[in-house]
Amino acid sequence: MRDAYVIGAGMTKFGELWSNSIRDMFVEAALKAIDDAGVDHIDSMYVGAMSSGLFVQQEHLGALMADYLGVVPMPATHVESACASGGVSFRQAFLEVASGASDIVLAGGVEKMTDGADVTDALATAADQEYEVYHGITFPGLYAIMARAHMQEFGTTREQLAAVAVKNHRNGSKNPNAQFRSEVTLEQVIRSTMVADPLRLLDCSPVSDGAAAVIVASEAVAKKLGKQRIRVAASAQASDTLALHSRKSLTTLNAVVAAAQKAYKMAGKKPSDIQIAEVHDCFTIAEVIVSEDLGFFEKGKGGEAAANGLTSLETGKIRVNTSGGLKSKGHPVGATGIAQIIELYEQLNGKAGARQVENARIGLAENMGGTGASCVIHILEAL
Amino acid sequence: MITARYAREIPQRYRLEASKCAQCATVSFPPRLVCPTCKGRTFSTITLQNEGKLLSYTVVRVGSDKFSKETPFAVGIIELKDGIRITTQIADANLEKLAHGQTVRLVFRKIQEDGKAGILCYGYKAIVV
Repeated sequence: MRDAYVIGAGMTKFGELWSNSIRDMFVEAALKAIDDAGVDHIDSMYVGAMSSGLFVQQEHLGALMADYLGVVPMPATHVESACASGGVSFRQAFLEVASGASDIVLAGGVEKMTDGADVTDALATAADQEYEVYHGITFPGLYAIMARAHMQEFGTTREQLAAVAVKNHRNGSKNPNAQFRSEVTLEQVIRSTMVADPLRLLDCSPVSDGAAAVIVASEAVAKKLGKQRIRVAASAQASDTLALHSRKSLTTLNAVVAAAQKAYKMAGKKPSDIQIAEVHDCFTIAEVIVSEDLGFFEKGKGGEAAANGLTSLETGKIRVNTSGGLKSKGHPVGATGIAQIIELYEQLNGKAGARQVENARIGLAENMGGTGASCVIHILEAL
Repeated sequence: MITARYAREIPQRYRLEASKCAQCATVSFPPRLVCPTCKGRTFSTITLQNEGKLLSYTVVRVGSDKFSKETPFAVGIIELKDGIRITTQIADANLEKLAHGQTVRLVFRKIQEDGKAGILCYGYKAIVV
């Protein structure tokens, strides 16, 4: 495989974008990415989206977005992997460039969640319909089951979970594209409305609209444009049983462990080499578990690490979710994996503004679907 | 729910029928065509024991539209005596007194209704013993 580079990025603001349609959001993000890269054409594109069929009764997003981006008859493919759809879209673009099949590929993601669908029901399609959802369980409920197991097994506390939300809101307050730019206190988190015990409203990522896109290019193209800077050092993906109850452990996500092992090997890096990480904090407990399964902290110590500031922008040994994460930046499901890549791209280019981590050179993005039944991990390196 | 889709799952939801691999004896619930342990493709049908213990649980306070009138209700992951784990509601429970490791038994209950004109959907729920 040959090297591939991220040479451009663009996204909409995330939030309740009532005046923007799914196609307009995608085209806005794609045009920003194309203009940022300075390319005069693209060879192919991918559209990550979890469930536009349920959210807006629109499928066939590949062709729709190619049409409205004005690039037909270029190949355009819709990619679905639940909440990991964006990350998998990026991986497909990477593989297409790395294989030599194309030189310039757009990887995008989008979700329109506020057009009136039963969002809880639509999101639950990422779980086992016949043997989980049939019994009334929701996504917050599944993560709540994991949270309670983690508390039972390792002594993780309610306050430690809340520390993740407090940190991510603080980071998100510095991100102009974030849905919530307000800080929250520990007290506010642990007194917010109960959604699924022990998880409360402020443990949960919000319902969001938004789109994000990046341009992946070959070394030759990147060089010609003077953009040979952010290299994709690793791309790895793994799967696990769809149903949470089918796994041996409720507190370890094997797909994250497996994808991380592959990614570190491919990049020739170890967990301690990673300076910044965007991880899939759909719920506070998810960031805790993932920070352990990525090898940043010992199993069971993720909550304590967050509470002690080891993942914060200000004092972290590894800065986790500098963008505000899904919690504060917002979680338009299909766009999330691409938005994670964009945060790394901005950080590694020194353009993250008030969130900038000094001398950031190596970043990791972890995007997962369902209760971790799919996971895709990328490592980007600034040259 | 389309009745054909509902009827297909009746052996599992009403009778706890599982498959046992002829090669390595791994039990799968629901039955599978490929054994997740040894990749075997030959199975016999067994019935799971209806007792087990509560591994972890939550109380759903915000449900999907279909379950919004049922909240709050408890859902947990149960490990049955055969070692099989399932997700199910915990019925008739004092929501404040649920705890890890509690012994539960599966009973036959109505799980959901399919709108005003649709079918009633049944299956297992756990009760604390």
